[in-house]
Amino acid sequence: MMTSAPQSFREASARLRVQGLLDAGSFTEWLGPARRITSPHLAALDAPVSFDDGVVVGQGLLEAQLVVVIAQEGLFNGGAVGEVHGAKIRGALLRAIEVRARAVLLCVDSGGVRLHEANAGLIAISEIMRALFAAQAAGIPVIALVGGTCGAFGGMGIVARLCDALLISEEGRLGLSGPEVIETVKGVEEFDSRDRALVWRITGGKIRRTLGEATLLLDDDIAAFRAAAAKEMMGSKTMGDSPRQRGLSPDALQTLEAAQRHLEARAALDPGIRDGQQVWQHMGLGEEVALMDPAEFNRCLEARER
Amino acid sequence: METLHLELPSLQDDTLSPQTLLHGVVSSGNLEVLVEPGPDAARCVFEVQTAAHGFSEVWQAVLCDFASRHPVGGLTFSIHDAGATPAVVSLRLDQAYQSLRTS
Amino acid sequence: MNAPQPHRVWNQEAQRRQARLQRSVPFAHGKEVAPADMVSLLEALLEPGDRVCLEGNNQKQADFLSESLAACSPQRVHDLHLVQSVLALPSHMELFEKGIARRLDFSFAGPQAHRLARLVQSHSIEIGAIHTYLELFGRYFIDLTPQVCLIAAQAADAEGNLYLGSNTEDTPVIVEATAFKSGIVIAQVNERVDRLPRVDIPAGWVDFFVVAPTSNHIEPLFTRDPRHITEIQVLMAMMAIKGIYAEYGVERLNHGIGFDTAAIELLLPTYGASLGLKGKVARHWALNPHPTLIPAIEAGFVERVHSFGSEVGMEAYVAARPDVFFTGADGSLRSNRAFCQTAGLYACDMFIGSTLQMDLAGNSSTATLGRITGFGGAPNMGSDARGRRHASPAWLKAGRERSGGGTQVRGQKLVVQTVETWHEPHHPTFVERLDAWQLMEDMGMALPPIMIYGDDVSHVVTEEGIANLLLCRSPEEREQAIRGVAGYTPVGRARDRTLVENLRDRGVIRRPEDMGIDVRDATRDLLAARSIKDLVRASGGLYQPPKQFRNW
Repeated sequence: MMTSAPQSFREASARLRVQGLLDAGSFTEWLGPARRITSPHLAALDAPVSFDDGVVVGQGLLEAQLVVVIAQEGLFNGGAVGEVHGAKIRGALLRAIEVRARAVLLCVDSGGVRLHEANAGLIAISEIMRALFAAQAAGIPVIALVGGTCGAFGGMGIVARLCDALLISEEGRLGLSGPEVIETVKGVEEFDSRDRALVWRITGGKIRRTLGEATLLLDDDIAAFRAAAAKEMMGSKTMGDSPRQRGLSPDALQTLEAAQRHLEARAALDPGIRDGQQVWQHMGLGEEVALMDPAEFNRCLEARER
Repeated sequence: METLHLELPSLQDDTLSPQTLLHGVVSSGNLEVLVEPGPDAARCVFEVQTAAHGFSEVWQAVLCDFASRHPVGGLTFSIHDAGATPAVVSLRLDQAYQSLRTS
Repeated sequence: MNAPQPHRVWNQEAQRRQARLQRSVPFAHGKEVAPADMVSLLEALLEPGDRVCLEGNNQKQADFLSESLAACSPQRVHDLHLVQSVLALPSHMELFEKGIARRLDFSFAGPQAHRLARLVQSHSIEIGAIHTYLELFGRYFIDLTPQVCLIAAQAADAEGNLYLGSNTEDTPVIVEATAFKSGIVIAQVNERVDRLPRVDIPAGWVDFFVVAPTSNHIEPLFTRDPRHITEIQVLMAMMAIKGIYAEYGVERLNHGIGFDTAAIELLLPTYGASLGLKGKVARHWALNPHPTLIPAIEAGFVERVHSFGSEVGMEAYVAARPDVFFTGADGSLRSNRAFCQTAGLYACDMFIGSTLQMDLAGNSSTATLGRITGFGGAPNMGSDARGRRHASPAWLKAGRERSGGGTQVRGQKLVVQTVETWHEPHHPTFVERLDAWQLMEDMGMALPPIMIYGDDVSHVVTEEGIANLLLCRSPEEREQAIRGVAGYTPVGRARDRTLVENLRDRGVIRRPEDMGIDVRDATRDLLAARSIKDLVRASGGLYQPPKQFRNW
């Protein structure tokens, strides 16, 4: 009836994101909901459980290439990583090596470790990191997609930064401690978590892209994420071209030196800078940044980076 | 959590493909429903786990209406509920049914 | 013929006013009062038992003047009778706790509803009555005329002329009643300027002004983030548009401020346009400048909007759309609550809004136990104007339906309540008995605080369908019509199924499928804007949302 608007990545469930990212009908789920592998910890606490423990994992095709896809459900317990949830992510990363996937698409939508399962969750995060390194060492690029309601925080914020590429929407957020945590620990004067504009100027997609922590800023549109992920996958032309694998190769020193120069440049910014607006001012960008659409914003930054 | 087991008579729709399907998300005021083949073609089975206590009468009313509204005999609906209103429960069940028909 | 009484003095009020002004002289420089002298000035001019209006409504509050009044000595200033629209500030309540004020006539007490109920129960306050806005404004000219009013304006010049900016709200009606009945008008302003953009209140009506140490606080009360609109609300909006707006050809209307009506605003340019309704419905509005109305304005649905007050962030957008909004020569919005309420009551064919509770007669209330909220703008606009004379197709059609084929001498306003059957998992909207009755007993009121009277309600929209109460021919039918859309609430489950199916056959109750609405189409994709940023984009960057609504 209506002309179809872009399908919002942020508003879609993890399952819908997987469907929209992959070639139609190509997805095969591992440990699907009918297996009922739910969290024993939540059940013990008499809290609601979910049939898939809040994460969808499996394999499918992206532009006819075999990929492994992992999608966290941000609405179930804030996408937090528990024992089962973490094991599914770790297993999917290791399985990517076995099936010789062309890439892994990791849709991060998580506040970090699930507090109900504290230790198990923490261990799960470290296992996810090791599995991610293993996949990269096997030459499989892991692409993080961040654009859900929870963003990528805590342990999953670190995991997102370990990926070969990080695609983020303007609505996406990336950080270590979440705004509410900082406010609770350091006080509202340090960080007012209800000041949405401030939260996004510090953790949002635009500032993360500006600081070089995200590869590309995208529209909140599943098709845009799919196209960008495909481009990243094709960009790493052959198996073994993963940047992480290159890190072990003879040009490792060059890679490390480039990263060091980037960090030195950031540290040299005015130490008084406290949020994104000031970073953009420092770069000579004004108020117009706020309303710039992602394509224009990427072009603007690329012009400066050259 | 409160659990509810209900078996209700319902017509069967032979054209529905025998598959499993998950619809919805367990989040505040919402629910997920897993649809699977059930044991009896003339009956529909509901397994409900809900965070809201003391609403079994309302659940029965909502599920009875659903089972009489659509031919869902031979199916099992397993629900994890995190405090959805009856309107949301009905909507999610209707959507799950529609997805079954179109998939 | 009776001779005039020899000793009667006919200007006592004016003499009393002169005495007040005399006592104030030491604390003012001409009309300007230093903030530090305000308490002394108030103590000097106020008299025990004075009727005082402390201005404040949705968008602006005379907060500095209220705090100054609360800082007065209860020995000097006591037993005041407050006559004002809204009790919103903690300092309003302090006045009663300290004995500075004793009696209250008002309209709305949203944020202080709990504290007000406690004061009533401890007999620290006497409530005259809870009014609708127009009722209270009317009484300002009959029996509740303020002797002193404390108002809020944007700016003053040296002579004391006032500029009200976008938020005119209640100021003109308060000043009119006070200044022309020998009262004292005191204004707090945000700034003093050499030249005002326009004069809204002439200096001759103003006795004193003070530049407040901080600008009066403004809350964005009318901003609804489209992210929070649910599929159920989209479904109900589809039913309202197709089953009521289109059916009656509603061109002139007012909307409530909830998410239900925000969904309708965002569906007009999509779903409404697909039904071919552009130019046929929702053309003229009595409404604050809701950000969610932007897409409908841009799409050409909305032709004119008159407002009670303004909304934070809408200033530049309004100024750029003077064909739609009422604006001054300076470009800024001209709002006015008294006139806009009158427009809503007499010049609109429909009111649609939400409520917390509704009983089987259709009476609705937002009062719940332990809270005296009063009423906002809904009761005047959500009532049939029995004195109306001019006809319109929507008004005539509704009148025909009510008269049931009998002789028709008047039309009928459409008063639509749009509610989900449960507003929270444990709180059904439909109830056998409103909490308002219990509140009446607990608080010793004369009547239950009912927001919209059931006999004014024409339609009830829920996720289950629409009940057209105009077509009901008996109280029993009306009750079953309401039960028939009350979903799985206890009230809804107690319906007589046969009677309800009967009502459905007669079109009194209509389900989505009866209106040709497929429930599967009710998705958020239908919203013309799904986020605040979409609204900013729709406005061409003119809408500047406050920071709590931005994610950039």
